[in-house]
Amino acid sequence: MPPGLYAIGTPDQNSAVIVTANYKLSFDIVRSSLAGRNLWLLVLETFGINVWCAAGKGSFGTEELVRRVDQAELANLVQHRTLLLPILGAPGVAAHEVSRQTGFRVNYATIRASDLPAYLDNGMQTTEAMRELTFSLRDRAVLIPVELVQALKSILPFLISVFLIGWWTAGLPSGVYGCIALLGAMLAGTAVAPLLLPWLPGPSFTLKGVVTGLLWCGICAITIGLGSSPLAVLGTLLGLTAVSAFFAFNFTGCTPFTSLSGVRKEMQLALPKLVVVGLTAAILWGCALLG
Amino acid sequence: MKKFRYLKNVATLKYDEELCIGCGRCLEVCPHAVFKLLNGRAKIIDFDACMECGACAKNCPVTALAVTAGVGCAAGLLTEWLRERGVKLKQDGC
Ligand code: SF4
Ligand code: SF4
Repeated sequence: MPPGLYAIGTPDQNSAVIVTANYKLSFDIVRSSLAGRNLWLLVLETFGINVWCAAGKGSFGTEELVRRVDQAELANLVQHRTLLLPILGAPGVAAHEVSRQTGFRVNYATIRASDLPAYLDNGMQTTEAMRELTFSLRDRAVLIPVELVQALKSILPFLISVFLIGWWTAGLPSGVYGCIALLGAMLAGTAVAPLLLPWLPGPSFTLKGVVTGLLWCGICAITIGLGSSPLAVLGTLLGLTAVSAFFAFNFTGCTPFTSLSGVRKEMQLALPKLVVVGLTAAILWGCALLG
Repeated sequence: MKKFRYLKNVATLKYDEELCIGCGRCLEVCPHAVFKLLNGRAKIIDFDACMECGACAKNCPVTALAVTAGVGCAAGLLTEWLRERGVKLKQDGC
């Protein structure tokens, strides 16, 4: 939907002005949760990106907001001088700058659009709960499918290699088992670790992935087995754990609480170790196959 | 968000209490309740919860706050690291 000013119901000069992004999902939530009310909706051009990411990139920002306020001639349309913004848009907007340039005061209303009705009914006062960021099981679960597709793409060459080497050296079942083991390790890091996030030991995401990876190794050990020689077993253990740990660490990009400095530090600490463990696993397997 | 904690003592958040005029903006915009208003001035009460989103620094009218803002994203950092070494990957995602 194009950016600009929209009317919900039949707003007048006293109706509140709600600012949002032209991200389909948030626009729909805003519109449906405010159905039956009379409000102005000012949609900023964020090129289809959600408020949070757009604020980080600056497209949901001071400049764009000022431009839209001018373009919609908001000052003539409403008598009050208040704009209601999503709290997660704040990294892109300097409220005092907006006031200076437009005369409108910025109120950061709520984090979730679904809390807007409660906010309006509460005399436009933000409660602690409306300001609290959550990352529930459901919030985490919806992120997983996209992550899975990405992860699948990145391990595809490895899957094919494992399959071919397994098949070639020990027969078709070994190739298939190898693929199952690798896929499971990927799932342990990409899906299981995010789901169990608050209950896994941390704060390091790599550690969380090591735990789910070892769990998966345990499951493999009692079902399809880890290998036919001690070297192979050790190689499988190390390899699967490293894969799981890597993908769990990758999930930091989806969480709303990991700082850039934190992820950078974890990367410096953990990534070299993961690479060493992965290479060791490959060498062990090489020895097991040749020996 | 109290049950989610990440690494300690790494955030780049800086606060100059001398400059603070107690407007309360930082409390309003911080999604992790890092600040509290005490005797008319902001106080950092939960430094390690800061995720470096930059909202407080951007909205402080007297620039009492500063933070190196960025997204804590492993994939992003890896891509950046590779790019610095001349390896280009297709960039998608956030
Ligand atoms: S950078 Fe973001 S998370 Fe950190 S204190 Fe400021 S508003 Fe809060
Ligand atoms: S936004 Fe700045 S001036 Fe206002 S309370 Fe926070 S630190 Fe103080």
